Amino acid sequence: MSLLPSWPSRLRGEKTMKARRTRSLALFVFLLVPALAFAALDFPALTGRVVDDAHILPPAARLDVETKSKELEEKSGIQLVVATVPSLQDTDIETFANGLFRFWKLGEAKVNNGVLFLIAPNEHKMRIEVGYGLEGTLTDALSKIIIATAVTPKFKTGDFGAGVERGVDGIIEVLSGDSAEWEKRIKVRAEHQEPGFDQIVPFIVFALFLFVFFSMLANARGGGRRIYRGGRGPIIYFPPSNDSWSGGSSWGGGSGSGGSRSGGSWGGDGGGGFSGGGGSSGGGGASGDW
Amino acid sequence: MRFSFRWPSLFAALFLALSVSGCGYNTIPTQEEEAKAKWAEVEAQYQRRADLIPNLVATVQGYAKHEKDVLTAVTEARAHASQAKVDVSQLTDPEKLKQFQEAQAQLSGALGRLIAVSEAYPDLKANTNFLALQSQLEGTENRITVARRDYIQAAREFNTSLRTFPTILWAKTVFAGTKPLAEFNANAGAETAPTVKF
Repeated sequence: MSLLPSWPSRLRGEKTMKARRTRSLALFVFLLVPALAFAALDFPALTGRVVDDAHILPPAARLDVETKSKELEEKSGIQLVVATVPSLQDTDIETFANGLFRFWKLGEAKVNNGVLFLIAPNEHKMRIEVGYGLEGTLTDALSKIIIATAVTPKFKTGDFGAGVERGVDGIIEVLSGDSAEWEKRIKVRAEHQEPGFDQIVPFIVFALFLFVFFSMLANARGGGRRIYRGGRGPIIYFPPSNDSWSGGSSWGGGSGSGGSRSGGSWGGDGGGGFSGGGGSSGGGGASGDW
Repeated sequence: MRFSFRWPSLFAALFLALSVSGCGYNTIPTQEEEAKAKWAEVEAQYQRRADLIPNLVATVQGYAKHEKDVLTAVTEARAHASQAKVDVSQLTDPEKLKQFQEAQAQLSGALGRLIAVSEAYPDLKANTNFLALQSQLEGTENRITVARRDYIQAAREFNTSLRTFPTILWAKTVFAGTKPLAEFNANAGAETAPTVKF
């Protein structure tokens, strides 16, 4: 305590700055820990719906799978990615697949509807990793059956293209098996396109409070405790209507286009804009080998 | 007079530093809730495994009636495991967690023996119900592994927060009663390899 007054204030300011910076850096590194959990594994980048790092897929099969996956995502929001890796880097396929799934964040964040079909040709292992949200539809048993009956026979003969195509067909068939389920998934996707305006409203309210607060301050300084109604500036009126898109004037319009834009980017555009939607997986699915 | 000028600015700087670096008041409760949620997931997956067992036992019994001891061992282990639950409020007690782990490991051992024994019955192996159950069991074991990993990480983050600067400042003052969460012990009740007796 007695030391404090002897520090020149400038030096104390520097120390606080440094301490602040170190703390921020420590926090930053600390927050990286979840990402670093799989730091030992070197995951490939998500370049598109088919990531063929082991170079086993013929171009025709690759295009077929990409088209089907894109169609699936447009209809239901489910992100299906096929990945081949040259090496599992000394880990088992379950760990690798789960890590890769989470690294790429397949599927929409709240719904977790991602599917990863991972093939490791050099270790002769494959796995269908299913996101939390799809575990009820694409069950472990079904994944196992797809792998065992549709994919393994083709892989055994070395026909990776056909095997992957049949696997993908099987997965899509299961995911769209029940048309009522299909309808339900389309509705979930449509609901997710709304958020634009709802996210802005708290900010609007906050801005309104600030505006009122500062205008009251200004009035208080000018005229004591009198509150001028006229001095508040334009009163922002939110008509209580069901049509939330038109109710917010320019804000509503701006966020409306923002909302639909974000909905469109999930679909990607020819591989150029494809990225994970923030979903995660809990280890569901099945593995197989050949 | 110079003293009274510096104290407020020092506190302001400290407060700003803490809030700017984000290691503020909210970190500890948030991480604790996260770890509890991950624990609930672990328990859910273990429960899922337990739910598969009656069906599995019934299927195996249809083909392998003579393997009575293995089947009873599984049923008993399951009953024991369902009693050794750990409530989220008991997560700070390492003993409770150890008991839970041991009970589950016992069940894993019994299950392993059951599966190993089923290998000797080709009719059973070909049974589609058994195959489906087996794949579900494999899937559940994998989910358990993932859920445990998530919990361990969340518990570790929380425990580290309680001990590292600057969250330790909050831990010692406002959250003085918070105890660190128990973590899984790698050695407690290590699973025994299934031995097939002839």
